[in-house]
Amino acid sequence: MTETFTTRARLVCDLVTQTARLMVGVPDYQTYVTHRQTQHPDQPVMSYQEFFRERQDARYAVGKGRFRGCC
Amino acid sequence: MSLQSKLLWGGVSVLGAIAFAIVALTRGEPVNAAWLVIASVCIYFIAYRFYALFITSKVFGVDVKRQTPAYRHNDGLDYVPTNRYVLFGHHFAAIAGAGPLVGPVLAAQMGYLPGTLWILAGVVFAGAVQDMTVLFMSTRRDGKSLGDMIRSEMGPVPGAIAGIGILLICIIVLAVLALVVVNALKGSPWGTFAVFCTIPIALLMGVYSRFFRPGRIAEMSVIGALLLLAALVYGRTVSETPSMAAWFTLSGPTLALIIIGYGFVASVLPVWLLLAPRDYLSTFLKVGTILLLAIAILVVRPDLQMAAVTKFIDGTGPAWAGSVFPFLFITIACGAVSGWHSLISSGTTPKMIENEGQIRLIGYGGMLMESLVAIMAMISASVIHPGVYFAMNSSAGLIGTDPGHAAQVISSWGFAVTPDMLTQVAREVGEKTIMSRTGGAPTLAVGMASILSGFLGGKALAGIWYHFAILFEALFILTTVDAGTRVCRFMIQDLVGNVVPAFKATKSWSNNVVGSAAACVLWGYFLYQGVIDPLGGIWTLWPLFGTANQMLAAIALILCTVVLFKMKKQRYAWVTIMPAGWLVVCTVTAGLEKVLSPDPAVGFVSHALKFSNAVAAGKVLAPAKSLSEMSRVVFNDYVDATLAGVFAALVIAMVIYGFIHCRKALGTPRNTAVEIGGGLMAAGDD
Repeated sequence: MTETFTTRARLVCDLVTQTARLMVGVPDYQTYVTHRQTQHPDQPVMSYQEFFRERQDARYAVGKGRFRGCC
Repeated sequence: MSLQSKLLWGGVSVLGAIAFAIVALTRGEPVNAAWLVIASVCIYFIAYRFYALFITSKVFGVDVKRQTPAYRHNDGLDYVPTNRYVLFGHHFAAIAGAGPLVGPVLAAQMGYLPGTLWILAGVVFAGAVQDMTVLFMSTRRDGKSLGDMIRSEMGPVPGAIAGIGILLICIIVLAVLALVVVNALKGSPWGTFAVFCTIPIALLMGVYSRFFRPGRIAEMSVIGALLLLAALVYGRTVSETPSMAAWFTLSGPTLALIIIGYGFVASVLPVWLLLAPRDYLSTFLKVGTILLLAIAILVVRPDLQMAAVTKFIDGTGPAWAGSVFPFLFITIACGAVSGWHSLISSGTTPKMIENEGQIRLIGYGGMLMESLVAIMAMISASVIHPGVYFAMNSSAGLIGTDPGHAAQVISSWGFAVTPDMLTQVAREVGEKTIMSRTGGAPTLAVGMASILSGFLGGKALAGIWYHFAILFEALFILTTVDAGTRVCRFMIQDLVGNVVPAFKATKSWSNNVVGSAAACVLWGYFLYQGVIDPLGGIWTLWPLFGTANQMLAAIALILCTVVLFKMKKQRYAWVTIMPAGWLVVCTVTAGLEKVLSPDPAVGFVSHALKFSNAVAAGKVLAPAKSLSEMSRVVFNDYVDATLAGVFAALVIAMVIYGFIHCRKALGTPRNTAVEIGGGLMAAGDD
């Protein structure tokens, strides 16, 4: 009973954290790493620091389809 | 449908109907805000369960097994299959902004009922339908943008029309939002200090997350939030110390120039230094404050002071000019239907959807949430004493600058108020005056302060809550100004690049500087014009903004209609034709009235003629103070009239193209929509 409760609470916590991070344009890093490792095992994987910078630049890159919060 | 769910939905309907009857029919005694929330939420649930489900299953025919772009192009970065609740939060944070907060506050001059009815009807049949349909279409097209979809489904000319429309709306949005900030901060050292502090705080956060602790979003946001809170509290001391207050007591034109300069600097600086950390702070503050306000309204359950319908329903109100039709539907754009969302629904969200079955929750549900924000803004504006509301939203040209005179004028309109009340509200929130603070943000802040201080802190904290609300709005508006200037710059580079190819290189430093300067000059022109406008700017610019936003919504819904015809779903196309038709009628009528109306309060041309005739006769008309000011008013009127005319023309052109393409699709026996993936790999005929 308590175990399922803690697992659930942790899941909710994770989801809230993921939501907050995605709101500012940073998707889940672990998902990215898993994707690279399973789909492109022969290619390098960005460190979290590189990943963060790449996402930050991408979010504010001047280009098409980059509209956000206005009204 | 099981008996249990029949009973449940029957119960929701009855509850909604009762709440709605109380809101709409009570006269003479104040209605509790809780009824407004209950009525709205019941309507949202019913619309979501029945209408949205009908659209996704019958009209779209969503296929939960069909591969989405998130899987097809999965790269762990842009295209990532994402949990639907996480994505819902992301989408909501992207669409929520200043629009749904300001529009309803302005619309409250007609009473809370007309605006509320439009917010609810608008979101159910227009706004949420638009967001969801665009999201659905973009998901089936690898997350293509609205402009690209118009080009591929309707051809290059409609694509170009939409492009011009998007650039114009961008410029007007930036000008109007910046004007809201200027009006909230002028002559307010407390607010100005707190908002100015966000710049060094953001710089500090930027350096921290770049060099000290790279990528630690939570840490830097907490540090930023604490510093922000300190700035907010210290702002009171600043405003009470004359030597410091003098530094931060700025006039409207000075603030406008500072914001224009800031927009330029921010858009050429590296993003990690200023824009990104500011964006983090403002996003979290925005979502947090909206949640806090929702909880506070439910706990405090304030009474609505504003009447359900005021005498200004006839179109003579002081905040904005014009009758219910079409101008109420222009004034409340976001919250009911917002064209801007069609850009976001075709942006990052479609690239992360796990399956088509989730389009209803994210597209339709996300917009319902935004609509609830608009309802909360309406409540905040309506819990204020109506006399205070009108003192805040009438320009100094109408009520003067002396509380005694203002109280007299407003009481003569039938909203009894004493000079003491006006000065007392100002004193409570820590301002010198609250009169003629047009633009919606300060009114909302007073309303929020009254609700939030009832929830936490009482009267002692009213000043903090007021400036917290101002800070919250200014922060995300200024983030929009940064980001919007960048988008504007890109569109200008793209447009000019067609003539001068070298200008297209977005990596070039000189191109960026020139492009950013051009963008800032464009929106800065309208901002400055609004700030020195004797009528208060909002009066002139807000209807233009609303028209532009609804125009874009009309364009998006016309695209949706064309695609439904191409999918051979014309039987159900009324789902998008109905809102598209309504928006076309509203924007074209508003555009034409703004150009042609013989009433100088509504028509730009007749206003210009009135002023140029006076110039010819050597007379100076109030509120202008000199002949050169008079000529400027005339010039601005013609610029605004041209814009309004262009909006109407763009919509009409799109209607014609839409009609042509629907006919063409009707004459073709097969599905001609240019979709990607699924069993139907049909090629388009354009």
